[in-house]
Amino acid sequence: MSFLTAEPVRLLLALVCIMAFVGLNAAYLVLAERKGAGRFQRRPGPNEAGYGGWLQPVADVAKLLSKQLIVPPGTDTILFRLAPLMVISPAMMCLAVIPFSQTLVARNINVGLLMVFSFGSINVMAIMLSGWASRNKYAIISAARVVSQNVAYEIPMLLVVITLLMVTGTMDLNEIVRQQAGWFWHWNLFKVWVNPLMPVTFVIFFICMLAETNRAPFDMAEAESELVAGVFTEYAGMGFGVFFMAEYANIVLGCSLGTVLFLGGWQSPFGLWPGVVWFLLKLYALIFTVIWVRWTFPRTQFYNLLNLSWKILIPISLFTLLLSSAMIKLF
Amino acid sequence: MIPGSDYLVTGIFGLIVATTVGGALLAVLSTRIIRSVTGLAMCCVGLAGLYYFLNSPFLALMEILIYVGAVCVTIIFGVMLSEPDEPEPQEKRSREALWGGVALLVSAAIFWGVARLGLQGRWPAPAAPVGDGSVQAIGISLLTTYSLPFELISLVLLVAILGALTIAHGGRGKE
Repeated sequence: MSFLTAEPVRLLLALVCIMAFVGLNAAYLVLAERKGAGRFQRRPGPNEAGYGGWLQPVADVAKLLSKQLIVPPGTDTILFRLAPLMVISPAMMCLAVIPFSQTLVARNINVGLLMVFSFGSINVMAIMLSGWASRNKYAIISAARVVSQNVAYEIPMLLVVITLLMVTGTMDLNEIVRQQAGWFWHWNLFKVWVNPLMPVTFVIFFICMLAETNRAPFDMAEAESELVAGVFTEYAGMGFGVFFMAEYANIVLGCSLGTVLFLGGWQSPFGLWPGVVWFLLKLYALIFTVIWVRWTFPRTQFYNLLNLSWKILIPISLFTLLLSSAMIKLF
Repeated sequence: MIPGSDYLVTGIFGLIVATTVGGALLAVLSTRIIRSVTGLAMCCVGLAGLYYFLNSPFLALMEILIYVGAVCVTIIFGVMLSEPDEPEPQEKRSREALWGGVALLVSAAIFWGVARLGLQGRWPAPAAPVGDGSVQAIGISLLTTYSLPFELISLVLLVAILGALTIAHGGRGKE
């Protein structure tokens, strides 16, 4: 059995599990999204395939897989085909450092937090390349919007994370979770004696996460009422499917990161029985909030979106950064 | 240790070197500027892999975060806003070929010199890994041993910001 416990083999198995996790999440979060939308809009949502519609993802995936992959003439063929891969693979790589429980982590490296952000930044480039390679005016407009949006929201996101980093003093995600052991007021979210604005930083983090994953009310990448389907306009079949998988993978990643950084990861709220169950509970509660927000708020205007970031979020996050450095120095 | 893991490591190293060289070639040889930037990004990812092999994961991830996530994205954004992406077919002129040959010679000479220096220079004993690569260790070394480069970098950034302000000073519609 020594073959199975060797590090490369264990890593490979973990990566296969992550791929399955991402695929299943993508399929069933689409269902959850549609059921949720139905609830919020007072209609049943998908309910024909299987009991309560639970076979709907199977039908959707079968449909997407059996469709032809059309590469329209005039596109940049290589980049057009490469772009979906470039969107999904960084998200999967980042999940490798997320600690689902004390031991359930594919690879714990001591700069895990940095790894999530560095590979997360490839996402923007991939979306932009897909927009450019499509040779479609809607896709180009959408790509330009995505870049200005992501650049604008990357700044407050990183400032907030630096604030948190000053409190934790480490980029090792598992160590960050371990520091939040105990009752729920030991979670970074409620550590108001370290920095009184900690809940505010979490809200900023959440807003930036919504913007970085291109979710409504910030879904400028898709904006189906103005831009057909934005950067995804020219994609058919599984090309389109992979973009959606990547969107849900990024949501799972962002919510996992929020759970680890602010909500105590796999720690339980009562200081007893830490484990993967708590992580998943918090993760799916956050994901539910993301869905809730999407179906509650209308899409913002583009200028409001940029104003929100540059005029409100960046000053506040700079202030929290200064405040927490001052408090660490003083106390 | 599973049998053949040495080959695995060598294979990954070869893949990283191939990514770096291939990306650099793509960046130089492509006629479409977006493909060149993609090559640049590939090259940076390969460089990050090389840093990882040199036992500095922090630097590797910073390379990706800054060069792929910021620099390449900014370049593509600038290109998309300004240039029609189809290059004009242009006839080759003899002077261009001449200058190309000179550039090739100069760069080959530089490459030969650097390679010779790297292979045969009298380097001091291989540096031991400084610190444990944690945030504290990097912060302390940035603010003590390497504080002068750190300050110089902020000076460069300041100059860049001033330059951007000067360019933007004209404002919209006053070109």
